[in-house]
Amino acid sequence: MAEGMTWSVTDGDKLTQAEIYGEVLSQLGDRYPDLVAITADLASSTKIGRFGKKFPDRFINVGIAENSMFGMAAGLAQAGLRPVVSTFAAFTALRSAEQVRTDICYQNLNVKIISTHAGISFGQAGSTHHCTEDLAVMRSFANMTVIVPADGIETGNAVAAAMEWPGPVYIRVGRGFEPPVNKTQDYGFAIGKAITMREGTDLAIIACGVGVLQAVRAAEILKAQGLSVRVINMHTVKPIDRDAIIEAVKDTRRIVTVEEHNVVGGLGSAVAEVIVESGRACAFRRLGVPDCYSIVGYPEDLYHHYRFDADGIVETVGELMRLEIEEDEDWEDEA
Amino acid sequence: MPLTREEIRGLTKKAWDIRRAIIETTFTCGGSHIGGSLSQTDVLVALYYRYLNIDPARPGWEDRDRFILSKGHGGIGWASVLGDRGYFDKALLKDFNKTGSPFGMHLDSLKVKGCDASTGSLGHGLAIAVGLAVGARLTGKGFRTYVMMGAGELCEGTIWEAAILAGHRKLDNLTAFVDRNGLMIDGPTEQITTLEPIDEKFKAFGWEALTIDGHDFAQIGEAIEQAQAFRGKPCVIICRTVKGKGVDLMENKAPWHYGGLNSDLRDQALASVDRHYRELLG
Repeated sequence: MAEGMTWSVTDGDKLTQAEIYGEVLSQLGDRYPDLVAITADLASSTKIGRFGKKFPDRFINVGIAENSMFGMAAGLAQAGLRPVVSTFAAFTALRSAEQVRTDICYQNLNVKIISTHAGISFGQAGSTHHCTEDLAVMRSFANMTVIVPADGIETGNAVAAAMEWPGPVYIRVGRGFEPPVNKTQDYGFAIGKAITMREGTDLAIIACGVGVLQAVRAAEILKAQGLSVRVINMHTVKPIDRDAIIEAVKDTRRIVTVEEHNVVGGLGSAVAEVIVESGRACAFRRLGVPDCYSIVGYPEDLYHHYRFDADGIVETVGELMRLEIEEDEDWEDEA
Repeated sequence: MPLTREEIRGLTKKAWDIRRAIIETTFTCGGSHIGGSLSQTDVLVALYYRYLNIDPARPGWEDRDRFILSKGHGGIGWASVLGDRGYFDKALLKDFNKTGSPFGMHLDSLKVKGCDASTGSLGHGLAIAVGLAVGARLTGKGFRTYVMMGAGELCEGTIWEAAILAGHRKLDNLTAFVDRNGLMIDGPTEQITTLEPIDEKFKAFGWEALTIDGHDFAQIGEAIEQAQAFRGKPCVIICRTVKGKGVDLMENKAPWHYGGLNSDLRDQALASVDRHYRELLG
């Protein structure tokens, strides 16, 4: 394990996001004796069961009872423990929204939530098991921190960082069969601080989760076309890195957001709020699930269908590059 | 040890004070969930003045017993007890419901000392209590967790999820009360949706169940002591109570789930409570 790191995995690029968080949580269990893991009959599906195998006394499977699970997590936190709860995103954000909001966030309790199978990553399962609303729901809860790691390595970093971050944290994980965008874990991950994956001056893509990989691929294609495209990994949707957004607007005047979420209420909306409040004009598009319930299919097919894969991003970037952007002479003064 | 005659007399006097405080605060705050606050009072008084291992000077003491009012709308009654018990200056209750006051009709654990959980939306308290009881075990602490539910609240499915969990985990450090006053907002519970037999339902979920008169301190005390002594099972104490207890114009009247008092009604209510306790105490 590298110095200063609290976890390590071998062959991290071959593991899913959930497999890595399961392993990382098991390692963090040694460091944090007050860490208690809870799930609702999804020990193996979410991979939180790996913690349970190592620490059976600190692992609670409540059966299929998500609402009570989140209430119970609140009680465990009030008893001085550090609960980590894991279930599918649809159950956290939709079924148990009230428990997460009222029992955990309202009381600002130290509960960490790792939601898997988010977005449309469980593509064949259909909309009952998709969740393209969780970012909208979770970021509207005061006290909640919302993180969407780009890959397994970032998931490990997010889980480790969440342990030292006060109050409730929501970490959103897909099924994660995509290749990773990060090669190593020591790239300076910090909650609330966006990561510039590619520098660029013509346009900026602000992405989270699987959108980051698609954005990086799109930037490579666009580079071959002579465009300089910045790629920003906005892994923390709340609190969002306002400076990174405003700087991108200032430098490029063209912004595309990419997320595996309804375009209503998620990353795109969060970025739009920052831009509008900054008073700076720019060309802007949100890519994601276009306010509909997704068709069934393999995730990579769905990303393509809804045009937030690399091809779709390239297409949208092309549209934005064809727009005439007026120069704003007062720009520097405003900044 | 059963409550002595003197202890019962002391608790009865205290319940008199609390019922008066609920009426006075309801008058100043413009309206409250007075019916259910009056029905729960005797159990809260028994807990806070006799059975809970607490220290109002140290509301965050890790080893304290926990109490959760799952029927959070009884907040005005709970706050009246907490203020009297010394968690805060009870004169603050004059600001109850006022803009910026720490006291709203459902108590906020981050603002009200002694309030162990923010409640209000029904069906949440038992799961939180299960978390605390499991937490006590995991941390090796001996504190007990008490939770009070409303009877109408038992319609909520989350109560039964949590009841399964508590039974499965044999949480004998958990005691639940049901304030069985028989009424929900729209009328008698059994007319709206059948809840009985409540005791048999909990027993089927792995609990001990006791049924008592929730206004009789001897029975309340005996039941709490029995619940503390049970091993291997959580215990529910079903408290048969009267909504609006002590105020004759409110007793058993569903519309007094929530209501306000003008000065005439306040005076009538106080006079009724005073009559009730003078008769009781002789």
